[in-house]
Amino acid sequence: MSGALAVASWVLLAAGSVFAVVGGVGIVRLPDFFTRMHGAGITDTMGAALILGGLLCQSPDWQVAVKLLMILAFLFITSPTSGHALARAALANGLKPRLDERETEATSSTP
Amino acid sequence: MLDVTMVAILVTMALALARASMGPTVFDRILAVNMFGTKTVLLIAVIGFLTDRPEFLDLGLVYALINFIGVVALLRFIRFGHFAEPDEAERMDR
Repeated sequence: MSGALAVASWVLLAAGSVFAVVGGVGIVRLPDFFTRMHGAGITDTMGAALILGGLLCQSPDWQVAVKLLMILAFLFITSPTSGHALARAALANGLKPRLDERETEATSSTP
Repeated sequence: MLDVTMVAILVTMALALARASMGPTVFDRILAVNMFGTKTVLLIAVIGFLTDRPEFLDLGLVYALINFIGVVALLRFIRFGHFAEPDEAERMDR
């Protein structure tokens, strides 16, 4: 592995780790369900893409690279789909996003 | 660097498990478990590189496909709001 590729791999892996932990903290600390989806979305997109990209820089041959790209493609198709379905199911089951107080009063009177 | 990434993924999985165990609504739990599944795929890939065994990537692919099955189950959830049988669901909706 050449030097530049190793440095790129380290940078991508470090950034992916940071995004993964930040999203994990977000899913615990944020106040309601729709804000927690934001934290989960960070780990599913930035964390996964950066970590798999960092591994891609270290892949010894093209078969490993193709497998990594396939994992990346599956994650990028399924995780936004499940997030969208989950948000719609939560809304359909009457879970209200937490809004600013005045805005809540203003919108609650409109149909 | 790979071990640092693995520790970060494990910490994230622990946080997701914490949310899954204490989440007030069922949607919080589903969100946390879905995130846990994604992190499992990443963890398997990183372990494969750490131990120099690229066959682990095949297992990661299988886990990604299992995640897809989870998405299909979620789409059923969006339709009925719960995992009961359709006639039972209709009775519960009315």
